[in-house]
Amino acid sequence: MPAPAAGTGPSRAVVDDGDVAGLGKARAMAFLAPALLLISLFLVFPALWTLYLGLTNYRLSGSAAKNPQFVGVDNYINALSDDRFFNSLGLTLLFVFGSAVIGQSALGFAIAWTMTRVRKSVRAVVEFFVLLAWIIPSSVTTFLWYAMLDRSNGTLNAMLSTGNTAWLLDYPLQSIIVFNTWVGTAFSMLLFSSALASVPPSQLESARMVGAGAWAQFRDVVFPHIRGHVLTNTLLITLWTFNTFTPYLLTAGGPDDRSNILPIFIYRLALNDGALGQGSAISLIMIIINLVIATVYLRLLKERKS
Amino acid sequence: MTAVQGSTSTTRPESRQMLRHFLGLMGKSVFTALVLAFFVIPVLWLVFAPFDAHPGLNVKLPEFTFNNFKVLLDNPTAIASLGNSLILALGSMVVVLVLGSLASYSLSRVKIPGRDLLLYTLLLLSSIITGTAAMVPTFLLMVKLGLIDSQFGVILVLSGGILPTVIFILKDFMDSTPKSYEESARLYGAKPLRILWDVVIPLARPGLATIAVWAVVQVWGNFLVPYILLRSPSKSPAAVVMYTFYTEGGQPNLALISAFSLLFSIPVVAMYFFVNRRYGFRFHGGIKS
Amino acid sequence: MASITTRSLIKEYPGGVRGVDEMDVTIHDGEFFALLGPSGCGKTTLLRTIAGLEKSTSGSIKIGDREVTNMEPGQRRVAMVFQDYALFPHMSISDNIAYPLKIQKVAKAERHSRAEEVGDKLSLQGLLERRPGQLSGGQQQRVALARAVTSRPDVFLFDEPLSNLDARLRLEARTFLKKLQLDLGVTTVFVTHDQAEALALADRIAIMRSGKMQQLGTPREVFQRPANTFVASFVGSTSMNLLKGNVADGGVMIGHQKVALPADAVGRVGDGQEITWGARPEYLDISLDPVHGGLEGTVTVSENLGASALITVELTGSGEPVQVVVSEDHEPGIGTRVWVTFEPRRTLLFDAEGLRIGD
Ligand SMILES: Nc1ncnc2c1ncn2[C@@H]1O[C@H](COP(=O)(O)OP(=O)(O)O)[C@@H](O)[C@H]1O
Ligand SMILES: [Mg+2]
Repeated sequence: MPAPAAGTGPSRAVVDDGDVAGLGKARAMAFLAPALLLISLFLVFPALWTLYLGLTNYRLSGSAAKNPQFVGVDNYINALSDDRFFNSLGLTLLFVFGSAVIGQSALGFAIAWTMTRVRKSVRAVVEFFVLLAWIIPSSVTTFLWYAMLDRSNGTLNAMLSTGNTAWLLDYPLQSIIVFNTWVGTAFSMLLFSSALASVPPSQLESARMVGAGAWAQFRDVVFPHIRGHVLTNTLLITLWTFNTFTPYLLTAGGPDDRSNILPIFIYRLALNDGALGQGSAISLIMIIINLVIATVYLRLLKERKS
Repeated sequence: MTAVQGSTSTTRPESRQMLRHFLGLMGKSVFTALVLAFFVIPVLWLVFAPFDAHPGLNVKLPEFTFNNFKVLLDNPTAIASLGNSLILALGSMVVVLVLGSLASYSLSRVKIPGRDLLLYTLLLLSSIITGTAAMVPTFLLMVKLGLIDSQFGVILVLSGGILPTVIFILKDFMDSTPKSYEESARLYGAKPLRILWDVVIPLARPGLATIAVWAVVQVWGNFLVPYILLRSPSKSPAAVVMYTFYTEGGQPNLALISAFSLLFSIPVVAMYFFVNRRYGFRFHGGIKS
Repeated sequence: MASITTRSLIKEYPGGVRGVDEMDVTIHDGEFFALLGPSGCGKTTLLRTIAGLEKSTSGSIKIGDREVTNMEPGQRRVAMVFQDYALFPHMSISDNIAYPLKIQKVAKAERHSRAEEVGDKLSLQGLLERRPGQLSGGQQQRVALARAVTSRPDVFLFDEPLSNLDARLRLEARTFLKKLQLDLGVTTVFVTHDQAEALALADRIAIMRSGKMQQLGTPREVFQRPANTFVASFVGSTSMNLLKGNVADGGVMIGHQKVALPADAVGRVGDGQEITWGARPEYLDISLDPVHGGLEGTVTVSENLGASALITVELTGSGEPVQVVVSEDHEPGIGTRVWVTFEPRRTLLFDAEGLRIGD
């Protein structure tokens, strides 16, 4: 490969505006249009529609399905005065905090950190299996855990000699927290691995040369390098964990709503019970929470770039 | 420093250091072992059960057999569902590759008014409008469009969802390819479409390959969208059929489920590690690629 | 084959930077023309504007008798060799060389034989089926040349084509390039920031600074009679000694030492005028004995240049450094008291604005 151009200056601003192939604005728009159309129709429009639907009493079937009535903010008031909604919100917070912030982040970092100081072969094996959990399709991983946690034949009871504990029934929230940690740790591990790899060895060596111990090395050399990554990682996995539907395959929100996190709540409310309007109202609340997290994230990205 | 002071101050830290070293080694090994146990044990079932003559829910060494795969081959729903997964995955892949590369190329090379805002909005949208948050309106939209129970509809919804990310990554990729290639072709009189075909697409091939694999992996494992948009079992992809196998009625057929799980998992795992070996992991807004 | 003429050519980038500022140049048919200047002075911009890869803000460009100012780059019949060569990594060398013919819809067999023919001329035999990635830097550079040659352009545009080669290879490639240009006789514009390259290759050199032309002339003119102090210090492998002083009694006072007026300046300066006196280290010599009209000083540094040495002398009184190139057997020791001598016709005088005095 030829070396990239050096010293030629930024070769933008070609024929008017950086158009190196002479594509022209009209053709560029034409190239862009199909993608934008698809995105508008199947991503943007649904989101906007949520706004409207949330203000109606739309139902999946019955009279309200034919002639939905405008009910204003009733759905929102209903949602905000509904114990089930608050139960779900609370569970979601616990789920996100437990499996993303504590589980994936902390475990991912611990693994990345430990793997910098073990043999290469050990590291490769550990990383392979952590990644495997992430890659295997979710309907398979949920079954693997369903089998693990089974009351009478599950491997977990056999290992811990916990008799016939029905983990998914007795500890549903804890189960999906552990499950989601298991699935998602890979991302944090990878992110922190690459962050740790970017710490210049010469800085660590200089620290060691003046007699810094492991803790001092971490605090003075490593941490300043990965601080930004900790935040990025937390925001991203919070966003994903908040929106994951996979626990539905493990507990379906039960028993008695005890693992009924928001995505599952919406699904059951809107598509099982048919309350589309109310489901939309809660969807909108979710989108707003997403928006807040994503904006903070993008703001951080921008700051880092400049 | 006198000799006496010297000897006391060297021996004690030395033994303490050795102790610390030993503890560090212990901690490291125990932690590694626990991590391995946590991540390996659940997966062992997937490795053993498909080859076990009497598969149970627990992990155990198999009485070796290939019979489970025969059970799988004799189940038309299962086989058809793998085909359906393939249709959805390849269909979405083609849609996002074609639309994504055209869009990202124009965005990278032509300064369309409002480009930066557009890119920012795309990135924002793709992270906040997730399948879960938008399932209600998406479902209704597909009902209105008459695209419920249509694989084409599923492809459109999935493509729309991943396109922003695809455009973002590909634009990044195109931005980083030197423009002198295109300029050179242009000086010899090549027209824009010709340049796109002769130069840009071949140069972007590694990026396109990554995106192709990524799109396939995303769609292959997706459960929610086909679950709410498809009705007939004959059109459902493996992700959904797998779920119905172990939730619908009676004792789950573990021979079938185990072989099916393995066959369903292998393609994405293989593709994933293939891409990883060739191009390495990259972090584009947190994508598995 | 064609000449190139620019009239009041301006290229202003968004943000107001003028890459090319009021450029009037005529490059003759068949000439090897060098654009020389420090990095960022606008050489690439000028070249790309001639190629049509940048749209000029105002002014005009003619190639031969064709007005090309608003023409598409592909219609200007120019070929460009980029600094990074821009060889298509996914095509074989043969396909790379024949690419211009493919655009011209020449049949495949014909393309092949032309690529072979040009490849032979540029010593690329046996490499035609390889990919660019499998070639050395020097070979890649020749492939880029070959591709340019195949298109049979009116004009070659080279943007620092030698700068990615290591020092030794660069000399070889330089000779090769000069011979090729002589053979083909195609008008060539060659951009470089390396003054030695420009002096060695070009028939004429244009020296640029901040988008503006500083001087246009043959290598000899530019070297011996720089138009201003900028050109004087930019051209030459050791830069010219430039000492501040003023005119007094038909001579030049530098500190309290007096030297003779340069031949060119006689009769063009008045007493008391502030000037800069210039002399190339190669045109200076050193004497261990006092010399009337020489500059007295002490040797402080001696740098070996192989067959010669670069001596730095600190002038007595003013303490200003003057550099002198002496042949290898005549190096004075550090701390030696010496007199710097010269022929007045080899020295130059610049006025307060830095422009050379004389014609
Ligand atoms: N695309 C561009 N946009 C804005 N300024 C540019 C651009 N390209 C070059 N410049 C500026 O124009 C001037 C001349 O650049 P260039 O022609 O690349 O110089 P050279 O080739 O002599 O090193 C520089 O100050 C550079 O920063
Ligand atoms: Mg340049």
